[in-house]
Amino acid sequence: MSTLAQSIEGSNPALNIGVFGLFVLVTLVVVLRASRNTKTASDYYAAGRSFSGPQNGTAIAGDYLSAASFLGIAGAIALYGYDGFLYSIGFLVAWLVALLLVAELLRNTGKFTMGDVLAFRMRQRPVRAAAATSTLAVSFFYLLAQMAGAGILVSLLLGISGEAGQNLVIAVVGVIMIVYVLVGGMKGTTWVQIIKAALLITATAAMTIWVLGRYGFNLSELLQGAVDKAGAGGEALLNPGAKYGISEMSKVDFLSLGIALVLGTAGLPHVLMRFYTVPTARDARRSVVWAIVLIGLFYLFTLVLGYGAGALVGPEQIANAPGGENSAAPLLALELGGPILLGFIAAVAFATILAVVAGLTITASASFAHDIYANVIKKGKEDSKAQEVKVARITALVIGAVAIVGGILAKNQNVAFLVALAFAVAASANLPTILYSLFWKRFNTSGALWSIYGGLSVTVVLIIFSPAVSGNEDAMFPSADFDLFPLSNPGLVSIPLSFFFGWLGTMLSKEHLEGKYKEMEVRSLTGAGAEKATQH
Amino acid sequence: MSTTEGDQNSEDTWARVHGGAEFQELRRRLRGFVFPMAVLFLAWYLLYVLLADYAHGFMSTKLVGNINVGLVFGLLQFVSTFVITALYVRHANRKLDPIADKIRAEVESEVADK
Repeated sequence: MSTLAQSIEGSNPALNIGVFGLFVLVTLVVVLRASRNTKTASDYYAAGRSFSGPQNGTAIAGDYLSAASFLGIAGAIALYGYDGFLYSIGFLVAWLVALLLVAELLRNTGKFTMGDVLAFRMRQRPVRAAAATSTLAVSFFYLLAQMAGAGILVSLLLGISGEAGQNLVIAVVGVIMIVYVLVGGMKGTTWVQIIKAALLITATAAMTIWVLGRYGFNLSELLQGAVDKAGAGGEALLNPGAKYGISEMSKVDFLSLGIALVLGTAGLPHVLMRFYTVPTARDARRSVVWAIVLIGLFYLFTLVLGYGAGALVGPEQIANAPGGENSAAPLLALELGGPILLGFIAAVAFATILAVVAGLTITASASFAHDIYANVIKKGKEDSKAQEVKVARITALVIGAVAIVGGILAKNQNVAFLVALAFAVAASANLPTILYSLFWKRFNTSGALWSIYGGLSVTVVLIIFSPAVSGNEDAMFPSADFDLFPLSNPGLVSIPLSFFFGWLGTMLSKEHLEGKYKEMEVRSLTGAGAEKATQH
Repeated sequence: MSTTEGDQNSEDTWARVHGGAEFQELRRRLRGFVFPMAVLFLAWYLLYVLLADYAHGFMSTKLVGNINVGLVFGLLQFVSTFVITALYVRHANRKLDPIADKIRAEVESEVADK
């Protein structure tokens, strides 16, 4: 990890910091303007439900395209070729689950959180507590991965090598994020996502055209360039198997990862919450369509950027650079446009982390304040919504502090498994519960508790005993050895088990809620009585 | 929210609307589209993952220049995602929204009267 302590050669840290500072300044002004209208709970959590479909779709893309996708996937394609592409496909196809099965029905039945949908027909307090628990768990793992990623990026792009200096930068990122969330609420955060998505997609589009232009806009020529640059055995970059084809177990692991990716997205709490920021279910549909187009384009760009980095920079130089495969996209930017383009890309990568962390924080704070504080602790009898928003703001502050400390502690850890864990928990604990709740009339309180707590515990236990945590040199604890479960990603086992738990828990309970389900189904399909947008 | 209006009258209203021919038609049109489509795209995605995982030889077959079966298969996943999105939007705009709007207007005027 000591190699991380130097920045990329040819990078200009002052320039990088300058561009990033400009981004922060512009977004802070936008957040301040947006905050003028943030008064009610609906304003704070759901931006008054006033965003249009295209705006929200762009914000979804901003929330979803994390630094891990930008730096990680481009790097994986540059080094492992085809196998890196498999991530992009899983992350994109997953949106069809959200579009067809979740987005509109969720918008029509809930108010702010996943807990609202469950509480519609089940016993409020236990299901809200369960929903908030899994929301906080997913947000925490995802948050930690992003903050740790920020630590790596700092050393990579700003040339800040000292321990204290890196910690300071993580703290600064955390503090800026807290300001966005506290001041701007959901509206401010959404605008940060929109600006970030626009910057990220424009920058990657420009680089994609630039790379393709170097090869006469011929994809086959570009691939040949990557093969030639890789030297002997470079042909393997074009074919599947370079990363996951090593053993029978790694193949099963890939299948498991593929399933967790495609089913996890529609259970990610910060994605679910975005569906509440639009006025109607039709706008929720429109926002998913926009998100699918933007996210699809972005992943097509990363394919070109990955092979482009392989062809123009070369796998050897990337692997030996500070940050390893994460440096592929920044190195490509340097190769194409010199320090100025690198500075821009560095700032975009920072903005990406900042925006994703802000989105997660507002989701987690809303879930705590709305589900646990207002409905579990105060039993729904809290008379002032202002009090609930105050609790949400305090929670955001606490989560921000936890993220800063966690990010500092986790900064030299292997973070890929944290993202995989977040997706696996979302796919196991959240998705079965949401789908049963929306489509199965027999589903009841006991079933929801079984699928959430069962899914959450199975996933966490399997991860603890997986090769991602111990038993090899890439693990979180390389010296310990308790990897009893062979797969790094538990999805293949934990997702079917969670569906089973949800069914079993339902059948074991005599609670029947079919009458309430009829009301819920009419509401979810027609939008009757759904929460309206607020007027200012 | 539902919890505040859970009296018997409104529950009867919801049950009646739910049992009505129009709502049943809406429900059939939604489920008849999204369930088969979900099975289809998940199977298509799983086929892709399994081929990329276990059929390396087949996926490595070159078609034109350096473009091989695997790359085409991967790009087809993008195409199918865009196509299914477009089909769903068309279906929802034409077959779901008009009925949903009609039922919503009826329910909201009725619940408001009580």
